[in-house]
Amino acid sequence: MWDKIKDFASEFFVTGDPLILGAQVSIGLTLIAIIFTLTYFKKWRWLWTEWLTSVDHKKIGIMYIIASILMLFRGGVDALLMRVQLAAPELEFLHADHYNAIFTTHGVIMILFMAMPLMFGLFNIVVPLQIGARDVAFPFLNSLSFWMFFFGAMLFNVSFIIGGSPDAGWLAYPPLSGLLGSPGVGQDFYIWGIQISGIGSLATGINFVVTILKMRAPGMKLMQMPMFTWSVLSSCVTIMFAFPILTVTLFLLFLDRYLGAHFFTLDGGGNPMMYINLIWMWGHPEVYIVILPAFGIFSEIVSTFSKKRLFGYKSMVFALMSISFFSFFTWAHHFFTMGSGANVNAFFAVTTMLIAIPTGVKVFNWLFTMYRGKLSFPTPMLWTIAFIPCFVVGGMTGVMLSVAPADFQFHNSYFLIAHFHQVLIGGVVFGYFAGLYYWWPKMFGFRLHEGLGKWAFWLWNIGFYVCFMPQYALGLMGMTRRFNEYNFDMGWQPLNVVSTVGAFLMGLAFIFQVWQIAHSIKFLKKETSGDAWDGRTLEWSIPSPAPLYNFARLPQVTSQDDWWEKKQRRARGEAELPEVAAADQAPLEPIHMPRNSGIPFIMSFSWFVAGFGFVWDWKWMIVVGLAGVIISMLARSFSYDTDYYIPVDEVKRTEAAARGAH
Amino acid sequence: MRRYYRMLATALFLTMVAVISGCSSEQYIVLDPKGPIGESQKDLIIITTLLCAIIIVPVLILTAVIVWRYRDRPGRKAKYAPEWEHNTKLEVTWWSIPIVIIVILAGVTVYYTYKLEPSKPIASEKAPITIQVTSMDWKWLFKYPGENIATVNYVKFPEDTPIRFQLTSDTAMNSFWIPQLGGQLYSMSGMAMTLYLQADEQGTYYGSGANFNGMDFAQMTFDADAVSQEEYEAWVQEVKSSAPALTMNVYEELTEPGPSNVQLFSSFPEGLFEHIVTQYVEEGSSGAHAHHGQAAEH
Repeated sequence: MWDKIKDFASEFFVTGDPLILGAQVSIGLTLIAIIFTLTYFKKWRWLWTEWLTSVDHKKIGIMYIIASILMLFRGGVDALLMRVQLAAPELEFLHADHYNAIFTTHGVIMILFMAMPLMFGLFNIVVPLQIGARDVAFPFLNSLSFWMFFFGAMLFNVSFIIGGSPDAGWLAYPPLSGLLGSPGVGQDFYIWGIQISGIGSLATGINFVVTILKMRAPGMKLMQMPMFTWSVLSSCVTIMFAFPILTVTLFLLFLDRYLGAHFFTLDGGGNPMMYINLIWMWGHPEVYIVILPAFGIFSEIVSTFSKKRLFGYKSMVFALMSISFFSFFTWAHHFFTMGSGANVNAFFAVTTMLIAIPTGVKVFNWLFTMYRGKLSFPTPMLWTIAFIPCFVVGGMTGVMLSVAPADFQFHNSYFLIAHFHQVLIGGVVFGYFAGLYYWWPKMFGFRLHEGLGKWAFWLWNIGFYVCFMPQYALGLMGMTRRFNEYNFDMGWQPLNVVSTVGAFLMGLAFIFQVWQIAHSIKFLKKETSGDAWDGRTLEWSIPSPAPLYNFARLPQVTSQDDWWEKKQRRARGEAELPEVAAADQAPLEPIHMPRNSGIPFIMSFSWFVAGFGFVWDWKWMIVVGLAGVIISMLARSFSYDTDYYIPVDEVKRTEAAARGAH
Repeated sequence: MRRYYRMLATALFLTMVAVISGCSSEQYIVLDPKGPIGESQKDLIIITTLLCAIIIVPVLILTAVIVWRYRDRPGRKAKYAPEWEHNTKLEVTWWSIPIVIIVILAGVTVYYTYKLEPSKPIASEKAPITIQVTSMDWKWLFKYPGENIATVNYVKFPEDTPIRFQLTSDTAMNSFWIPQLGGQLYSMSGMAMTLYLQADEQGTYYGSGANFNGMDFAQMTFDADAVSQEEYEAWVQEVKSSAPALTMNVYEELTEPGPSNVQLFSSFPEGLFEHIVTQYVEEGSSGAHAHHGQAAEH
């Protein structure tokens, strides 16, 4: 009996490595600390009613952001471990199997569990406020999306200490990711973690497309929408077309592994290349999904801190939409070396280059927004300006990679690694940081410490170039990605050491950011005006943080940069436009709001249970989990009391409290 | 204080430059090709870099100038035009600059894509030598059907002679890459792909697998020796006379996962490569894989 338990435990828990033991201990301690704190301060009920069951888009956004910052920490630690190994491979800091697991989880976590939720967090917080809406189109679904993402990510993360991490690369090409190549449970954690969170992402995409198309404030035409909202629309349309491909692809891989199907294995008539095509039909649009909102953020920030209208609005919209369209015609550039022949390679090389045209136009438009402006440089603007050279260089190496015959030399080398980190960090991460700094006062009602923010900014930037410029050189020296060791004769070590130093500088920058947040909370500098940066769009017209219902009266929109125009009219002492005045002075009405619900949390947790059951092939657990899912659905379809009205008195009280401060 | 930060940043940057330039140019093996395919690819890399630089260098300069000139400071003279948001002439200009550059680049790319198609034979007076390459867990197996010898993790061929590599895999896919001779191509099970390379001068070139295929992937590097014709023939004779034979049993052992040292074999079972390629094709089937397999047989 005792032996059986020991056998089981040794298979179930990952043991035998000091790093993993350390992780287990720290996870255990953190859990105990959280449980103790919540119990001691009697916060369990508060946590449940205020957060876990919330359908408020602003709270959901904040939860997305917290989750993504935690994942940034985990993915970043993965990166540092890899860099330590590569700086001194002779030390064998990480063994091959451990290294393979770490680069796999680093990739998955950074793209799917860091970039995506950070993006969704900003969508959630900003979009309804920018379009003058009181919530998203489907608040219940929104909460479900978050919890599906969250429990999917958790399922993926527990593989580190339970059962073992996946180690077949972040896109898990079969046959390596098949049952013969990866017999352990890591790959099943991969499939179910991504599958569950992917469904959440798809739902978010649909939710925001509907929100933007149907819930804009009266008067706001499509061509008057703020540029960030446009970028969210283009990104979400891309999600709607791309994510179903991911879901189906992973489901087929699951059938291969679980039921012995042969979709992606040659024996039995399948074809692994089919997987590679499918996964990149999702994977390439995915990188545009995460970069497009960053473009929107830069557009907002450049125009705010240049005190000037965005230059070339229509060009920008057209560029966004054409990028999301063309993103579906470039997937094969990830395997020019597959030998599909000159016709196919030439086609995909050219379609890939085409993307550079609208992207280039956007850069010019940002530059000419600054031209004849009045530039100031608080942290959001610093990130935006740092983004331009970084992204331009990263874009250029991207065009170089798209030249098919040259790609035969770049493919899978560190040149490629340097390129995509430059566009993903220099574009996406810089962009979302800029957005986070920009909208932080709106989210929390206080400002972040600028000095510490600038430290973080410089460390990130210097660290970035020190880390990734040497990797371009390493690529030209023939160093291939995913090597955990190399021969000293190749002369790769000095540059790898430099690169590792850069990675640690970025790690230090992250610590500065955490310090910045902690410091700002401690020495709270309240943001009372609601318009922290002298903004241009509607979200700055309401108090910070926004009240539960966002807008006491829905605004009447008459132009682009509506809030800015309104402030200009006021400054000139002009009378309000009649329709605007009418909307502003209309009597308050009770506000229709959705009720909180615990069902999304419970249903997503049930998916987690079912997914865990599938991973270990514990049939009873699968049944319990899926039963939980079905019961949640039934409970939702039979609950009729799903909304309520906020009475006028309460709106008046809230407004007085929020506006009375200044 | 601030000055010290700046000095620190500059020092860091200079150290980086020193380290990078300290690496001799010979180490940039992609830019130091020793064969016609690698030469063309290097030319192409340089052409595309210059074309891209035509756009990005002015953009970088423009960025710096604009950010500097229009910063908000007391008493500045630069113009402020808050409502200026559209100018057709300017917008047409920067839609057309990238379009022109991309059209040129696309032309160059298409031309080279056909020219450097990996399965296209290299023009030469000498008949090509065929080497059949199989990626395995985690080693490379090379078979010389003309000489009837085989090697593991080592390949030797004469200089100035086109080499017709036929690539397949007996396991997960990999990518066969000898950077100084030319770009890589995937090795995939159930297929036999052709990659022509040639070495113009003698030397030992670094070769590796460039697509992750599991645990000991990093140990799948090999030396590719280009030698004189005489030396090559002598080596073949030596292998034939001194090395053991690669029997089907030995092959089965090679398919066991694990890295390997260099091994030499004086012979190998007839049709082994075809067997590897077609092993998944069922009797009587005429699927896509069977077709690829047949391509390998001539």
